[in-house]
Amino acid sequence: MSRKNNVRYLYLLTVFFITLSGFGQMPIFKRYYIADIPGLGWLAKFYITHYIHYICAALLIGFSAYIITGYIMAGRKNSKLTVTGYLRGTLIIGLIATGILLVIRNFEGYIFSHNLIIFLDLSHLALVMLFLFTSLYCLIFKKKWTTK
Amino acid sequence: MTGNISRRSFIKGGIAACAVAASGIPTSASGADKDKQLTTLLDIGKCIGCGACVEACSGVNAGKYPEPKKPFPRMYPDRAKPEDWSDKKDIHDRLTPYNWLYIQSADVTVNGEQKTITIPRRCMHCTNPPCVKLCPWGSAKQLENGISRIDPDLCLGGAKCREVCPWEIPQRQTGIGLYLDILPAFAGNGVMYKCDRCYNRIAEGKLPACVEVCPENVQEMGPRDEIIKKARALAKETNGYIYGENENGGTNTIYVSPVPFETLNKAIETGKGKPHLKSVSDSMGKANNLVAAMAIAPIAGIAAAVGTFYKYSRKDNEAKQDEPKE
Ligand code: SF4
Ligand code: SF4
Ligand code: SF4
Repeated sequence: MSRKNNVRYLYLLTVFFITLSGFGQMPIFKRYYIADIPGLGWLAKFYITHYIHYICAALLIGFSAYIITGYIMAGRKNSKLTVTGYLRGTLIIGLIATGILLVIRNFEGYIFSHNLIIFLDLSHLALVMLFLFTSLYCLIFKKKWTTK
Repeated sequence: MTGNISRRSFIKGGIAACAVAASGIPTSASGADKDKQLTTLLDIGKCIGCGACVEACSGVNAGKYPEPKKPFPRMYPDRAKPEDWSDKKDIHDRLTPYNWLYIQSADVTVNGEQKTITIPRRCMHCTNPPCVKLCPWGSAKQLENGISRIDPDLCLGGAKCREVCPWEIPQRQTGIGLYLDILPAFAGNGVMYKCDRCYNRIAEGKLPACVEVCPENVQEMGPRDEIIKKARALAKETNGYIYGENENGGTNTIYVSPVPFETLNKAIETGKGKPHLKSVSDSMGKANNLVAAMAIAPIAGIAAAVGTFYKYSRKDNEAKQDEPKE
């Protein structure tokens, strides 16, 4: 039980920092004085938020693989994904997929078409907004990922 | 008018991009060869500082310069300050939205002789340009031939490109661009401008204006591998020094100088719109090194899950075996 809770807290912490550093890719935290709050100065440093986003992405991919493998191995009899669970899972997979393409784009020599880059940037942002709203809904209405 | 058309075509482009992405055809991903990117060689020992290149740049690119609407919409919070160069179009001693190339000068001693070295400065056209790769909207783009440019119809003027550029090259003009159509009071602040390597002239098979006009043939242009070879040969022949081959992981602008660049860097005036000549490490490379962790992550996750599963099923079995049998 405690192991499950640890994973849950680590997952939440990762989601929190990946979202924050993700929004830090846009030049907003300095303009809106958020980076002036003591301890939050790093939010305005684009290279720092970029590294943090990458580190959190590695953790999120690791957790996702852990949870999906666990889910498959345990079999569907033990627990089943709920509708909101499916929705959140799909959004996370979409975020990971667009994110991986953006990571590839960032390597030298990978010159993607402009339309594809715009599509990836905007869909990554749209997916995270949808994920946040869905998560808020699930928090308020106490929706769980799985049924026992 | 053209702005409106381009914005409409931007939306269309977005829809087209969705279609392409949805159909899963990777038309756009290409591991373009760095060696073949268009590179300029600048033999600064030959430059006489006449400024003909600066004039030619303005001459051919004036049509791309901003024509902002005034007064500018008020921006909130107060920290967002307008940057207005529209009344200072004649400034030629630094980079501005109306001046993409300028001549830096350095008083130095070469072989015991006092000399003024002049250095044409503009965007370096990095082989992996952080201004392009880190733009959150895809407004900055790199062309197949390595040229990086900022699309004035898409740029919102947040100036992230200037902050992530090791030389702080792009320059902002307020009161123009897409941000005016979105939330001008709360997001964006104009459009960023910089040398686009005369991409439109190159597409027509011409040379960049600054290269073509120079009376001393300071610049030449070619595929990166050939230009690097020439630069090394020139440096060897003149006992010179090279800048741009490895800076920021490599750029498509290679300077060859008769004096070390540390010396030049101390002698030139640097600051806003006046780029330095320091050595620069690879900005994108540091994060790219973290990608190995991303590749290992799913394997680690699966291994941990499998481990946990067997541990629990073994415990379950043991618990069952320990149960008293009848
Ligand atoms: S035109 Fe040639 S010689 Fe004159 S300033 Fe420019 S690079 Fe130097
Ligand atoms: S020098 Fe700066 S503006 Fe030019 S390509 Fe490199 S990062 Fe971009
Ligand atoms: S390449 Fe074209 S845009 Fe760039 S500095 Fe030369 S003339 Fe200006």
